[in-house]
Formats: sequence, C-alpha cells, structure tokens
Amino acid sequence: MPEKADQVFLLLRDWLVGFLPPGWRSAAGVVLGVIGIIAVFPGLFAITTVLERKGLGRMQNRLGPNRVGPFGILQPIADAIKSLTKEDIVPLNADAVVHFLAPVFLVVVVFMGFAVLPVGRNMVLVNMDSGLLFYFAMGASTEVSIFMAGWSSRNKYSLLGAMRAVAQMISYEVPLLLSSVVIVMMTGSLSLVKIVEAQNQYTWGLPHWYIFTPWGCAAFVMYAVAATAETNRSPFDLPEGESELVAGYFTEYSGFKFALFFLGEYLAMLSISGLGTTLFLGGWSSPLALLNWVPSWIWFFSKVMLSICVLIWVRGTLPRLRQDQLMNFAWKFVLPMTLLNLMVAALWRFMGDGWARWVACSAILLLVYVGAGRVGMRREHFGPRTYRYAE
Amino acid sequence: MSFVFWLLAAITVAGGLAAVLLKNLVHCALALTVVFTGLAFLFLQLDAQFAGFAQILVYVGAVAILVVFAILLTRSSETPKDGGVFSRTWGVGLVIAAAVFAVLGWAVLQSETGLPHETAVPNVTVQLIGNALMGRYVLPLEIVALLLTAAMIGAVIVAMHEKGDAK
Repeated sequence: MPEKADQVFLLLRDWLVGFLPPGWRSAAGVVLGVIGIIAVFPGLFAITTVLERKGLGRMQNRLGPNRVGPFGILQPIADAIKSLTKEDIVPLNADAVVHFLAPVFLVVVVFMGFAVLPVGRNMVLVNMDSGLLFYFAMGASTEVSIFMAGWSSRNKYSLLGAMRAVAQMISYEVPLLLSSVVIVMMTGSLSLVKIVEAQNQYTWGLPHWYIFTPWGCAAFVMYAVAATAETNRSPFDLPEGESELVAGYFTEYSGFKFALFFLGEYLAMLSISGLGTTLFLGGWSSPLALLNWVPSWIWFFSKVMLSICVLIWVRGTLPRLRQDQLMNFAWKFVLPMTLLNLMVAALWRFMGDGWARWVACSAILLLVYVGAGRVGMRREHFGPRTYRYAE
Repeated sequence: MSFVFWLLAAITVAGGLAAVLLKNLVHCALALTVVFTGLAFLFLQLDAQFAGFAQILVYVGAVAILVVFAILLTRSSETPKDGGVFSRTWGVGLVIAAAVFAVLGWAVLQSETGLPHETAVPNVTVQLIGNALMGRYVLPLEIVALLLTAAMIGAVIVAMHEKGDAK
C-alpha cells in the first residue's frame, strides 16, 4: 500500500496511456508528464505568492492580503484576472519583437529546467546522464532574456537594471556551479537521479544527506547564497529594487507580460530550491528510516516549500546589498571558499572512514571562514570611494 | 540525414545569415545566440551530451552576454551605417571566405578516410572526457588555463587607470 501511494502518479499515467495504441504510448507518457509539470509548479507559484505576501506582511507588523478569500487565500486568482485584463502597453520607441520575446524566452527556459528534477522515486521527466549540466545550461540562458527585456525597453532605468542583473547573475553563477561540483565529485555522477539515490541510505536511522557532512554543509550555505543572488531575491535584489530603479528591467512591461516575468522569476526560485533539495537535502528521501511509508513526492515538495519559506523569511529580514558590495562578496569571499571546499572534500575522501576526518574538515572550514571574515572586515577605510580597476 | 538534422541546419544557417544581414547590431548579436543554440542542438543530435550542454552553458550563457555588453559599452547601436550592411570590398571578402572554406573542407574530408570504419557509435560519457582531460590531455588543459588567466589579467591592466594619470 505505501508503494502504491508512492507511485500513484506513475500508475495513473500508465492507466491513461493504456487507452492508446502501442505506437503512441511513450510519446503520450511524456506529454502527460509535461502536463503534470505545467499543472503542479504554477500551482505552487500561486501558493508561494500568497505565502510571501502574508509572510512579509506579518514580519512587517501588518496583515497581508485578507479580502479575497479566508485569510486571503484566493488572492492569486484575483491577481490572475487583473493581469489578464490589464491593457498591454508597449512604448512607441521600444523594439517590439525583442520586447515581446523576452518574457516568452524566460518562461520557456525556466520550464525546461524542471525536466531533470527527480520529484519522487522513479518520477523524473527525462533521466539524463548529465542532468545537472543541462540544468545549469538552462539557468545560464535566463540571463539573455533579462538582457533582452532591459535593452528593448529603450529606457535608461531598464538598461541599468538589466546590466546590473546580468553582472550579478554572471558573478554568482561561478560559486553556484563550484558548490555543486563538490557534490558531483563525491557522488561520481552528473545524473540527478543517481545523486538522490546515493543519499537515500541510512546509518543508525539517520540519512546520508550531503548537508550533514562538513563540506556538504559549507557547500549548502554557499549554494543558498548564490541561489538567492541568481534569482535576484533580497538581499540581492538591487536590479529590481522598488526604491532604487522604479522596477528595473521590468519597468516597461504591463499586464500579462509582467505576469509572465513574475511567473518566470518565482518558478526560477522554485526550480533552484528543487535543485538544492536534490543536491543537498536528499531529494525525495525521507529524514528517518522509519518514515519511509510516507510517499516520496510529499517529502520532495515539503522540502522545496521549506526552502521557499526560508527565502521569504530572509527577504523580510535582511537589508539590501549595494551592487559593489555584492560583487565584492562574490568574487573575493564566496569563490575562494568554494575552491577551498573542493579541496576539503578531497581531503575527506582520502582520509578514510572515522571520526578524525569530521574534526579535520570542520576545523579547516570554520577557521578559514572566521579568519577570512575578520581580515575582510579589517580593511575598511572610510572616505570617498575610488575604484582602481573599474573607472 | 534525418528531418531533425535539416530543420536544425536550416535554423542555424538562417541565424547566421540574420547575424550578418540585419541592420541593428544588437539584433545581430541575438541572431548569433540562435546560431549557438542551433549548434548545441546539432551536438545533441549526434549524442554528444556534454558538448551540447557545455555549448549552451558557455556560449549562450556567457559569450553571447559578453558580445552584447561589448556592443553596448563601445559603440552606439542606434544608428545603422549609411551604406547598408555590405562593405565596398565585398569581392575580396568573398574570395578569402571561399579559400578558408576550401582548406577546412579539404582537412575534414581527408581526415575521414583515416579513421577505421566503425559500425557502432562510440558512447562518449562524461567520465571518459574527464579521464582524457586529466590523463592524456592534461598539458593542453593547463596551458589553456594559463592563457585564459593571462588574458583576464591583460584585460584588467588595459582597462585600469595608471596611478599618476589625471582621472
């Protein structure tokens, strides 16, 4: 019975596909998988928007939306109706073709990223051998769409916002990839399905998730920072900061195109949380060996929603970073830490089993983190800011 | 040669033609991005997964952005040239392009007869590529890394102000 609950979506798909002649079955199976993804993740997007507005509201000592349904739950429906019926304004000087294609390209690329995430046992749309590489390739393509949006609006604020966003995304792409490379190194495969299966083992009832190892925990923290910056979320949301740049690269978008950008950004957030869950938090595996009867997809979505709640919490709590502060942070602190983490993971592997490697690896990482932090904070000279390399 | 190959080849060639024939320079850069994705799909069609995804990650994700930033920061992309997109010395350009194509074609066709006839497509996994890079090709890998570091340092030095210059 727990196996049936676990595989219920696959059984449903097989039953539906059984009505068709044999030649069409595999293609129809893939189409049903795609329909599943298109139904589930925008549904989670709707829940995330309510959660965010209510959560931020309570953190700022006010109620969030509370008119539309009980506690404002039906707010996304109201938002959808509004964005569909709003007038679509395209500025006269704007480059119409590129202006139209930018949100389309963003949403297409973000949806492609969902194809390789294993949402449950045996439940992945495409089981690729280099799934992680595919995911990062799709993530890198979102920068092109942001640039297209900012440039085609022919507006100084949009262009400035787009250039800042692209610079930020490129800077944090490197720590994002390097912190995932540690996981690939320790698993020995780029396939996300194999990474989850390697974490699905239990010792004394506790799981082998990579976050519970010193190098995994450090990599998770760096991944979380880089993921927050990649999706332009606070505290890294200078490109779209409301008080800084009107609305950054979405200034000239209204109505449905703005809704598509919003959808693309939140889906990117869900997607990158999904990847973080797969790489570090064990994907669909349950936290304790005796909770294995709960279906695997429930664990996956719970972990993703937990990550989303943490992202919303961070948004409501921390102040925004300035552009040069966030670039400094990426290149001068996070990147060297990821390289050190790679070496510490190699040390872990070669020290063999036992308690000594835990102590050694944790000590190295903590000492360097504290030391580099103190040194970095020491060199603060106050006065007019000059940039030697970027005039 | 399957239908998918012809479709991808048509998209790539159309993107390439658009990249040289369009008036607006940023449109040309975006057409070049289409060419890069077309090439990546051609790699994927040949079962070279790593090459295809690395092409998207590096070319579309970084090189296309670099090209666009270079256009934006150096020249005005608003006004197209008055003489259209063709230069006055197009004959010489055509001859040189034909000569380069002939050399490349000769090199490719000559190398094909050197390979033994294989009936099965070799399954190149990422592990094989990694082993080759760290084993047989480690010296070229390190030399390329040095070259990239030198290029980056050179770019920073060219762009920065000297200490004594007036700003």
